[in-house]
Amino acid sequence: MTKKSVLVTFALGIATVFIADSPANFAQESHVGNLAGNASSGKQLYRRFCIGCHGPEGDGNGENAQWIDPKPRDFTAATFKCRSTPTGTLPTDQDLDHAIQRGFVTTNMPSWNPLTPQQRADLVAYIKTFSPRWTGEKPGTPINIPPETAVTIQSILHGRELFQKMECWKCHGPAGHGDGPSASTLTDSKDNPIRPYNFSTGSRFKCGETNQDLYRIFITGVDGTPMPSFADVIQPNDAWDLVHFLRTLQALRTPEADMWKKYAAEHATEIKPIGPNAGGGR
Amino acid sequence: MSIKFSIRTTAIRWSFIGLLLAGGFPGLVMFGRGGLTAHAAPLPSIRVRAIPAFARKYGLPCSACHTAWPELNNFGQVFRDNGYQLGNERDSPIWQNPSYFPVTFRMTPQWHRESTNNLAVDSIPGGGPASTLVSGKVQQNGFDLSGMDLWTAGTLYRNISFSLLPSADSTGAFHFEAAWVRFDNLKGSSWLNVKVGKFELDNLISEKRFLFLSANGGIYQSYHYDVPGTINDFGYGDNQLGVELAGHSKNSYTRYSVAVLSSNDGNVGFTSGSGAPSNRGYDVNLAFSQAFNGGSLGLQRIGAFSYFGQRPTYYQTSTGSDGSTVALIGFGNKPFYRVGVAGDFFLKKLEFLPSFMYGHDNAYLGAGIPSTSPLPPGAKAPAFVAGFLESHYYVSPQLVFFGRFEKIGVAQQAFVNAGFPNDYGNVTAYSVGYRWYPIMFSRAGLAWHSEYSIAKSNGFLPLSGNGGGLQVFSLTSPVWSSSVMLGFDFDF
Repeated sequence: MTKKSVLVTFALGIATVFIADSPANFAQESHVGNLAGNASSGKQLYRRFCIGCHGPEGDGNGENAQWIDPKPRDFTAATFKCRSTPTGTLPTDQDLDHAIQRGFVTTNMPSWNPLTPQQRADLVAYIKTFSPRWTGEKPGTPINIPPETAVTIQSILHGRELFQKMECWKCHGPAGHGDGPSASTLTDSKDNPIRPYNFSTGSRFKCGETNQDLYRIFITGVDGTPMPSFADVIQPNDAWDLVHFLRTLQALRTPEADMWKKYAAEHATEIKPIGPNAGGGR
Repeated sequence: MSIKFSIRTTAIRWSFIGLLLAGGFPGLVMFGRGGLTAHAAPLPSIRVRAIPAFARKYGLPCSACHTAWPELNNFGQVFRDNGYQLGNERDSPIWQNPSYFPVTFRMTPQWHRESTNNLAVDSIPGGGPASTLVSGKVQQNGFDLSGMDLWTAGTLYRNISFSLLPSADSTGAFHFEAAWVRFDNLKGSSWLNVKVGKFELDNLISEKRFLFLSANGGIYQSYHYDVPGTINDFGYGDNQLGVELAGHSKNSYTRYSVAVLSSNDGNVGFTSGSGAPSNRGYDVNLAFSQAFNGGSLGLQRIGAFSYFGQRPTYYQTSTGSDGSTVALIGFGNKPFYRVGVAGDFFLKKLEFLPSFMYGHDNAYLGAGIPSTSPLPPGAKAPAFVAGFLESHYYVSPQLVFFGRFEKIGVAQQAFVNAGFPNDYGNVTAYSVGYRWYPIMFSRAGLAWHSEYSIAKSNGFLPLSGNGGGLQVFSLTSPVWSSSVMLGFDFDF
């Protein structure tokens, strides 16, 4: 066998390996529940529904992007805020479907719930064609969300301690109004100014509205923003305590808020403020 | 005498037009409707709705809410059902830049050709003692304008939405096509929404947001049809005055509405379509539809509707200061109803919109006599059966082909038409066309519109209004009226 034929054979073999297990095939499809989404169908839907903000190249530079704040998602970066997967990893197809279905409250991204599940699955498949990351790696493994612990005043108080100790207040503010001392300095991964979530407004979060959604946000982080993942620094029970405390910051009628309101009325003089020199948050 | 050619996008009940004939009879003449030679229902007022102001507000392209504007897709239907709100907690106008103004303008400069036969015309142009009336075809063509929509809609506050639509015919004469306030999501529920004012009935297949614009194609014949001879003036496609309770599931797959309306076909000032006083009665409209996920085929929807109304058969009168009889208030109400089913089906890019309607008027309405008098022998309740099948093919969000076949059959003639041919009053209509949207973005809309429509009315003038004010030459011969329309439909 000549040297040239060896090289050709080697090249063909490599090509075969790539084609046979082509991540491109994977990237052109999605699997959401029992549905398989197809990128070519998704392309037509994207042109109809998404192109105005996310742009023809999926880079977030649609014709309306200049007027929108926060900016549309840049799909070419494959960095997604709302995932069930660890920070730095790709979301699952289900995560993307949920994001499309849910929309992002207080942004220009509406809930596309009126689309059929098949249409959303097709859109997921097409969105994945914008970044080469989808051809080179697979989504992360969804995190495990343990059963929620009981909502007790002890849980809320401990969560308050954690809110102080982990310095959440520096961004989100002592009362969770998104006005912490660092808030005005924050930028996202594209160097656009970004505000921390204001717990006192709105009825839901960008990545959901349940306690489980809030738990997931702590553990996975909000990629592309200064909100980190706390997976390595917080235990599951602590995370639930933090969830229960954060619910008391919202202008919603929740069991946590009712419990805290009663406790705060009875122990007003014992509660230390959150913030610098707060001494623990209790 | 001048001849009226109605422009479907601009038509109002009283239209003004001048035509200089070879014999030199210029002038503007006001036309209305009435009598056996023309359909009893008033000339319909048609508007078609798409509002780029919403696209500007939310940064979405027109195609996000419309299959091909103005027709809504399900996302647009949900937006509309939510009271023109996206539900992103930024719907209240306080969140908008003060420079945003929720107003849109729509108009269609065009070339069109209208042709109607079986009309009684002078055998000698100009008339005269030697002239007789013969059957003739009246045809006209040229450049023209549609009317204009000047529409504003949106939110006054979170969950309080509004719409105001002053609408002009091609001469600039305005009327209020729609004006309402709606309280959305009462008690936090999408099932409870209350609208008050003048509005389109909750039709599964909306005439206000369909793709046709020509004189003969720009109406659903069945939405404006009453059996010839009846004194009922109701049009299912006419906007009505009243209050509506409506609700929908979060994705609008399930929708319902119940409306209580004044019994005057949406006319203001307690008048009816003919200008006579209205009664003190109220009508009821019920509508329901359910959508199903058709998988890869798309969303499928079926629905049913029913309208129960009443119209007066005589009037309380008085003697005016000039000695004339003045009608005051309509009395002797007699009922009528319209019931039907409709659907919206997708086979990927192909959409089918079937509709079936049955209409029934009380015998007194068909006889046109006061309810205090006995019915004449042989008087029966006029009734009709109507249906259409419309189809769209969406090559892309920027190109759509459309067509429609419609048929109306008189099931029972009005008493006043006793002895007329059995098919008197029947209608058959066809329409084909396409719309090409050269631009599709979030600021404004433009469509090149091409359409051919033709309608056959057995023994009476076409519902388009072509030939309005003239006589049909022969009751036993059909009147064929055709429209060719080429125009630029723009919407800012």
